[in-house]
Amino acid sequence: MTRYAPWNEGRASEIISAHLAEEGPALPILHALQEEFGCIPREAEPLVAHALNITRAEMHGVVTFYHEFRAHPPGRHVLRLCRAEACQSMGGERLAASLLDRLGIDWGETTADGALTVEPVFCLGLCATAPSAMLDERVKGRLTPAKLDHLVAEARGA
Amino acid sequence: MTRIFIPRDSAALACGADEVAEALAAQARARGLALEIVRNGSRGMFWLEPLVEVETPAGRIGYGPVAPEDVAGLIAAGFPAAPAHPLALGPVAEIAFLKRQTRFTFARCGLTDPLSLADYRAHGGYRGLARALSLGAAETVEEVVRSGLRGRGGAGFPTGVKWKTVREARGARKYVVCNADEGDSGTFADRMIMEGDPFALIEGMTIAAFATGAAKGYIYVRSEYPDAIAAMNAAIGLARGAGLLGPDVMAGGFAFDLEVRKGAGSYVCGEETAMLESLEGKRGMVRAKPPLPAHKGLFGQPSVINNLVSFASVPFILAEGAKAYADVGFGRSRGTMPIQLAGNIRHGGLYEIAFGVSLGELIDEVGGGTASGRPVRAVQAGGPLGAYFPRALFDTPYDYEAFAARDGLIGHGGLVVFDDTVDMARQARFAMEFCALESCGKCTPCRIGSVRGMEVMDRLIAGENRSANLALLRDLCNTMKWGSLCAMGGFTPYPVMSALTHFPEDFGPHSLPAAAE
Ligand SMILES: Cc1cc2nc3c(=O)[nH]c(=O)nc-3n(C[C@H](O)[C@H](O)[C@H](O)COP(=O)(O)O)c2cc1C
Ligand code: SF4
Ligand code: FES
Repeated sequence: MTRYAPWNEGRASEIISAHLAEEGPALPILHALQEEFGCIPREAEPLVAHALNITRAEMHGVVTFYHEFRAHPPGRHVLRLCRAEACQSMGGERLAASLLDRLGIDWGETTADGALTVEPVFCLGLCATAPSAMLDERVKGRLTPAKLDHLVAEARGA
Repeated sequence: MTRIFIPRDSAALACGADEVAEALAAQARARGLALEIVRNGSRGMFWLEPLVEVETPAGRIGYGPVAPEDVAGLIAAGFPAAPAHPLALGPVAEIAFLKRQTRFTFARCGLTDPLSLADYRAHGGYRGLARALSLGAAETVEEVVRSGLRGRGGAGFPTGVKWKTVREARGARKYVVCNADEGDSGTFADRMIMEGDPFALIEGMTIAAFATGAAKGYIYVRSEYPDAIAAMNAAIGLARGAGLLGPDVMAGGFAFDLEVRKGAGSYVCGEETAMLESLEGKRGMVRAKPPLPAHKGLFGQPSVINNLVSFASVPFILAEGAKAYADVGFGRSRGTMPIQLAGNIRHGGLYEIAFGVSLGELIDEVGGGTASGRPVRAVQAGGPLGAYFPRALFDTPYDYEAFAARDGLIGHGGLVVFDDTVDMARQARFAMEFCALESCGKCTPCRIGSVRGMEVMDRLIAGENRSANLALLRDLCNTMKWGSLCAMGGFTPYPVMSALTHFPEDFGPHSLPAAAE
């Protein structure tokens, strides 16, 4: 099971049109596309560019400026580990390094079973319950190696 | 029916508040207990989260931090009345951390149901807007000027003066933009208001719109805050339904509506002009000023841009009067600041207090030192662009000017504590790395300087050619400080140079005396 739809130009056009009446619709469109497809597919950029009446190069510039927009769909679950200072002060970097090491992946990569992508994030606003993470859209705080393992096992089992 | 409060704030959720609420509801069902569970905001005492509160005739009684597996034991001990249970905290209002605060902006946060307009009104909500309507727009701006409120996003610019400029500016239409990008590590005040008292922001922005003549507002929230976005959207829907947003706000004869926009993981989009670009659908590149956003802001129109806490402070100022706000504070820093105690700290959370409290009191007395129990070594104040303070500077009063005088900044009010295991050279390297990652790329000192800075730090950490590399680092910091368009490149030298100045021992033995300032 993957969470995201395969590329579908008709569906993409629908998503784009749904936002065109808004002021400054580019980011809302890109977010909606990523929600559908898990990333901003290359094929989507000319469609959005055309709808917004900007060049493809400009569109590509916008997509690549923002850390959040992916070029490829992630695994079934996304674990975002906080790498910012408050989490560093509570050992977040060590926790992350050891997890990546055990999973055999680097930041932004997906486990071989396609279950889990691990991405960096710089602060989740959970800085007094550090180290913190977000699994899909569920926030997690006061992480320990055991709690993190549990989260990962849950994501890989599901 | 006994009312029980279990926060919906994401810091509480991150520590299992949903699971606790479920476990309690299940126990109540099984035992026929008549409990009504209200999901409130957080009081901001995060070491106690999930904090479960019971409403009693004698006030609210707390239990915390409650884990889901504690629930059965609490019930067995007599919950909702289990004063002998080890997690019992007694009356919540009496907890020293709360009791010592002066809660103006966060008065309701944690107390009320965030999505109940009735609750909001019962706790003073919309009295500020009502007074603004009776004062008229010009006098409302004057009231904000008189309060002395300065922007809580970092730069500390007087909010009323900004509003006045927008009020006097001419444009086909005007906008009110809330900066809820809250990218600074160690900060969560914006998030707590969105999740815990969202109508306060709506009311504050509505007052700003009325005062300046704007009809449309945007709240730019970082995408890392899905719970805040959901709460904000729900609150906007409720306000609209009640005629508090829309074509005739509070039957006051003016139109104002609000929309939430989601960021996309860019720190520099917290800079106000980059934010405008982003809202317009472009790359988040910083704009040169002038023109000021107050003259030509969103879509080229006059725009008020303020931090979320700035807006959320306004209902109190209007309701209670500018004087009530300005009467507390220190020097030119009037009113209160929601200070956020974070990182390696025993009592982490949100502490709203009048300006002037010392850094040492905040860290040692209020915060109780480190969570690890080891000595406090450094405190980064004001986010990733803020300086690291050593214990020797703990007498610094919490005040914009006093922090600046010590080459630091209070920023958005975050304090991140590190114990004695911290390696300050690595923290300096991280500051450069973060700048390299987040630079918008417009100016060379920031874009290239930060990458060079990382390389220099790598060589220093590897112990190569210390004195030459230290000289290079100072030089780079100087170039970045003076040659950058915005504070991203301009302030990254603060964490780097403060680490070097106050913790030279971490930069290698040879750096000690030779590194003449
Ligand atoms: C790199 C950078 C990031 C910033 N991030 C934020 C932020 O996350 N939130 C914020 O309110 N202000 C941020 N600011 C400050 C804003 O540019 C601006 O001063 C502020 O929104 C004005 O509102 P205020 O006067 O109410 O503080 C940032 C500035 C810079 C240079
Ligand atoms: S200092 Fe950095 S972030 Fe700011 S405008 Fe220049 S390149 Fe962009
Ligand atoms: S620094 Fe990790 S949540 Fe804020």
